[in-house]
Amino acid sequence: MIKRFLPVLLSLPAFLLGWHLLTRYSGIPNFILPSPLSVWTRFLRAVGDGSLQYHTWITLTEILLGLLAGVTFATVVGYLLAKSRSLEKALSPYLVASQAIPVIAIAPLLVIWLGDGILSKVVICALIVFFPVLVNTVVGVRAVPTALYDLMHSLHATRAQILWKVEVPASLPVFLGGLRIGATLSVIGAIVGELVDAEEGLGFLLQVGDFQYDTPMVFVAVFTLIALALALYGIVRFLENKFLKWQERSNV
Amino acid sequence: MTQPPILTVRNLTTVFPDENGGLHALRDVSFDVHPREFICVLGPSGSGKTTLLRVMAGLLQPTSGQVTFARKQHPRIGMVFQQATLMPWRTVLQNITLPLEIRGDGTHSAHRKAREMIELVGLQGFEHSLPRDLSGGMAQRVAIARALIHDPDLLLLDEPFGSLDALTRERMWTELSRIWQARQKTVIMVTHSISESLFLADRVLVLTQRPGTIKMDMRVDLPRPREEAIRFTAHFGKLARKLRDAIE
Repeated sequence: MIKRFLPVLLSLPAFLLGWHLLTRYSGIPNFILPSPLSVWTRFLRAVGDGSLQYHTWITLTEILLGLLAGVTFATVVGYLLAKSRSLEKALSPYLVASQAIPVIAIAPLLVIWLGDGILSKVVICALIVFFPVLVNTVVGVRAVPTALYDLMHSLHATRAQILWKVEVPASLPVFLGGLRIGATLSVIGAIVGELVDAEEGLGFLLQVGDFQYDTPMVFVAVFTLIALALALYGIVRFLENKFLKWQERSNV
Repeated sequence: MTQPPILTVRNLTTVFPDENGGLHALRDVSFDVHPREFICVLGPSGSGKTTLLRVMAGLLQPTSGQVTFARKQHPRIGMVFQQATLMPWRTVLQNITLPLEIRGDGTHSAHRKAREMIELVGLQGFEHSLPRDLSGGMAQRVAIARALIHDPDLLLLDEPFGSLDALTRERMWTELSRIWQARQKTVIMVTHSISESLFLADRVLVLTQRPGTIKMDMRVDLPRPREEAIRFTAHFGKLARKLRDAIE
C-alpha cells in the first residue's frame, strides 16, 4: 500500500515546491499565476463561507443525475443493439452521426431549450456519458461466449436467468471499462453546461473567479473538479476490484 | 436390450441454408437409445456428429424427422462440450450448482449435492478455486460434475476430451467409465477417436462424411469394467479394425 503511493507522496510536495518557487522568483503577478499559498487561503475562505460546498454540491448533483440517466439509457439501448442486428443496422448510422457533433457545440442550444437550471446540465452530462457506455455495453454483450448460451439452453434456462447469470457477469468487465470513461467525461459534461450559462455550480464559480480576476478562486474550482473526477474514477475502480476479482490482475 | 428405448431418433435430416441449395449435415438418421446405454457416435470431421448432438439437446431444430423421448417431452439434459465452458467468475462449487440454481433448488441442498459430485470427479480441495486456476483435465471434470448434478435423463458429451493431452485423455476415459458405472446414466458421446469409443461404449454408431448417415451400428462386446490393458487385446484390435474400415 505504502509502496504504491510512495511516488505520489514524493512527487506532490516536489510539485508544490516547484510551483511556489516559480511564483516567488519569476515575477509572474499573482492574478496570472497565484502561489500555492494564496490558493490555499482562498480555499479556506470559500470553505469558511460555505460557497465551495454549495457549488460543489450543485455540480455533483448534476454529474450524478447525468451519469444515472446516461448510463441507464446507454445500457438499455446497448443491450437491445447487441441482441438485434436489424435494430443495430437501423440505428447505428444515427448514433455514429450523433457522435460527430461535439456536445460543446450543442450545449448552448440545450441551455436555450431546457433553461439555465440544473436540467440542461444533467442532459449535457448524460449525452456525453451515453456513447462510451453504449459502445462498451454492445461489445461486452456481444463477447459473451456462444457456448455459454448453449449450456443455458440445454438446461432450459429462462431469458431472465440467461441475462442475470450469464450476460451481466460476462459483460461486466467491458461495461465497467466504459463506465470508467463515462464517469470521467461526466465531469466535463457538467462543467461545459455550467460555462454556457449557470447561476450556480463549480463552472459558475470558475467564471465568476475569471471575471473578477480572482485567479486563486479559479484554481480552487479547478482542483475541486479534479478531486470530483478522481473520486468518481476511484469508485469505478473500487467496483472493478470488487466484482472482477475473478479476472487476471491487470494494471491498466 | 430387452427394455424399451428411452429415446428414438427417426429420419433425422438437417440442412443448413447456404447459397447453393443448403448444406446437408445429416440425412435420414435413425436409431434407438436404451436406458443406461453408452453410445459413441464416431465419424470424421464434418460428418455432422455435433449437429446430431445439438439436435438431441434441443439446441437445434432438425429440418425433418424427430427425436422422441419415451417418458417426457422435455427430458433433463446434461451436456459436456469440447471446451469445459465454465463460468470464469464462478468458483468450482458455484459452477457445479448451476443446473440446480436454474431449476430453483435451495442453496443448501445444491451445495450438498455439489460436494458429492466434487468427490465423484475427484476434485476435493478445489471447491473454491476459480476456473483460471484449473488445468484442462480438471476443468473438464468440473464440466462433467455439472452435467451430472441435476440427475439428467440423458448425458450428451461432445468430444469432451478433445482438447486434452493424450495422457490426461486416457486417464479421463477410466474416470468417465467409473462415473458412468456409478451413476447408471444413458450417455451419447461424440468422438473421432476409435479407441476412445471402444474403451467407453456399449454401441458405436459410425457416421459417414457429409451428409452424415449411419453407416454402421456396432455392439462393443468387450467385458466391463474395462481397464487400460483391454486396449492391447486381440479382440479390441479386431473391433478397431472394423471401425477403421467403416470410416474409410
